[in-house]
Amino acid sequence: MLMLASSGRRGDDTALSSGGVIAPPARGRRSATWSRTLLWSQRSLWALLSIGTFAVIWELSWLAGLADPKLLPPPHIFLGDMAEQAKYFNTATRWSIGVNPADGPSPYQAVLITIGATTMRVLVGLVIASVLAVSIGVLVRYFLLFERLTLPMITLLSPVSPIAWLPVAIFLFGIGNAPAIFMVVIALFFHMVLATIAQIDGVNRNLVNVARTMGASKWQTYAQVIIPAILPGLLVTLRMNLFAAWMVVLVAESTGVGYGLGQVIMMARNTFNPSLVFFTIALIGVLGFSFDLILRLVQKRILYWVPETIGVLRGL
Amino acid sequence: MGSELMMPFSSKSSVTCRGISKTWAEGTDREHEALRDISVEIEPGEFVAFLGPSGCGKSTLLYLVAGLEPASSGEIWSFDDRVTGPSPDRSLIFQETSLFPWLTVWQNVSFGLGIRGADRQERRAVAQDALQRVGLSAAFDKRPDELSGGMRQRVAVARALAMRPKVLLMDEPFAALDVQTRQRMQDFLLDVWRDSGASILFVTHHIDEAVALADRVVVFTARPGKIKTIVPIDLPRPRNLFSPECERLRIELTQHLRDEVNRAFAEQEAFAIPA
Repeated sequence: MLMLASSGRRGDDTALSSGGVIAPPARGRRSATWSRTLLWSQRSLWALLSIGTFAVIWELSWLAGLADPKLLPPPHIFLGDMAEQAKYFNTATRWSIGVNPADGPSPYQAVLITIGATTMRVLVGLVIASVLAVSIGVLVRYFLLFERLTLPMITLLSPVSPIAWLPVAIFLFGIGNAPAIFMVVIALFFHMVLATIAQIDGVNRNLVNVARTMGASKWQTYAQVIIPAILPGLLVTLRMNLFAAWMVVLVAESTGVGYGLGQVIMMARNTFNPSLVFFTIALIGVLGFSFDLILRLVQKRILYWVPETIGVLRGL
Repeated sequence: MGSELMMPFSSKSSVTCRGISKTWAEGTDREHEALRDISVEIEPGEFVAFLGPSGCGKSTLLYLVAGLEPASSGEIWSFDDRVTGPSPDRSLIFQETSLFPWLTVWQNVSFGLGIRGADRQERRAVAQDALQRVGLSAAFDKRPDELSGGMRQRVAVARALAMRPKVLLMDEPFAALDVQTRQRMQDFLLDVWRDSGASILFVTHHIDEAVALADRVVVFTARPGKIKTIVPIDLPRPRNLFSPECERLRIELTQHLRDEVNRAFAEQEAFAIPA
């Protein structure tokens, strides 16, 4: 959904920023691990402080009577009775006639199944969308004919909201996982294609020219120069689109998937249960945060050559 | 134009430009003429500096000789071949670092061999040899971001040398370096040049650099670039830039360049403030 067009550099660490903590000088291998542990614990503390501040403000406004607990229940209410909340995650096929709602997995198992189902839809959708979009994006720049045939159509469909695709998803795939995954793919695909093309256009001309003077064919230039050069940008795009995927999957699940976090939110809305809404929002937040963290670690690992540029801004 | 009519003008020249013109964005409203009617011959093993005000098209000429861009008119020959596209025989070295940041130093140096399909063992051997020639054997396994600017340019030179080019095209290769490093790099380049026997076409806007390095200095006019004059320098190297001969050359070249820079400025002002 979101597109980071020309950011080849990593716009890193916004979520876990440590506010300019400087690691002590590392001496040897052992103290290097030690300082990394220290840095991580510092970052975690800041993360806790960030969330804690927000929670305290909420709790205080509840105490002061500004936040109506029936509309904006503060964290201690919606997180206080997890067992009660978990009951609503019943994954029994409750829309079927003659099914006892008490049947099925235990409440906590149901929470895990719900989370697992939604996460699976997000990840499968994200993978399909990324592979498709990057391939199409590269093909667009590789073959002029392909660009002329497809790019107008892709650009035309880019502004269409995923909401508009929802009926199409149901027409095509009925009910179940398929329409939810389709929604994630369709919501991400067009923008990721355009982002990929923008990344390719942003590749340093010198790198391409070096390969050309060395006699590289078009295929070699793409495989050995352009693809590695756009990887950092693609990973940023992937991270942005991970969030987009989490947003879309809820829309998709709110209609006829059977179970999933979107279904829970929809039920909370229909039964006027703000506590359950905020509980689910908290779950989604934690999940999205964790996946972003994993992606950032992957980014650091496979994109070892991308320099950390955030330090310059911190110096301001 | 039948190609059989286009005989090589002199098969012993390493580069021959015959009536080269280049107009960018031809037929659009951004059309501008970069080069007009350039004819020059460069001998094998010759070191030629292209000197001119910025924007005069000297880098463009280098791109044309490299085969990365087609000329609008005229033709370029390199030895017995007409230049129609890039070739490993003519390596181009850029002002900014053009190393692949995701490859180690030796992988960068042997990139061209990989393109040719050489195996890992051969690539390592050639990289080792090329890095030795630029005095960077110790950097073999390092990554580009671990090197200083001067070292990176030496790796870029090593990468070019690994292809055993007959012509080295250098586009202000030392412009981004500090003065001290630049001087060291000039000495280094002269060693490499003697060692490799390649011709060097060296673009610069730095008079001292041209005086220190070149056998001939080709002075360009302001845009569109034409050859204003060619100044031969018949002095042994290493040259003492403070000697009277060098001083005379510097004054001569400064004179040539000053007229062109003034012209370029006048043109830019006229362009910026339309009457």
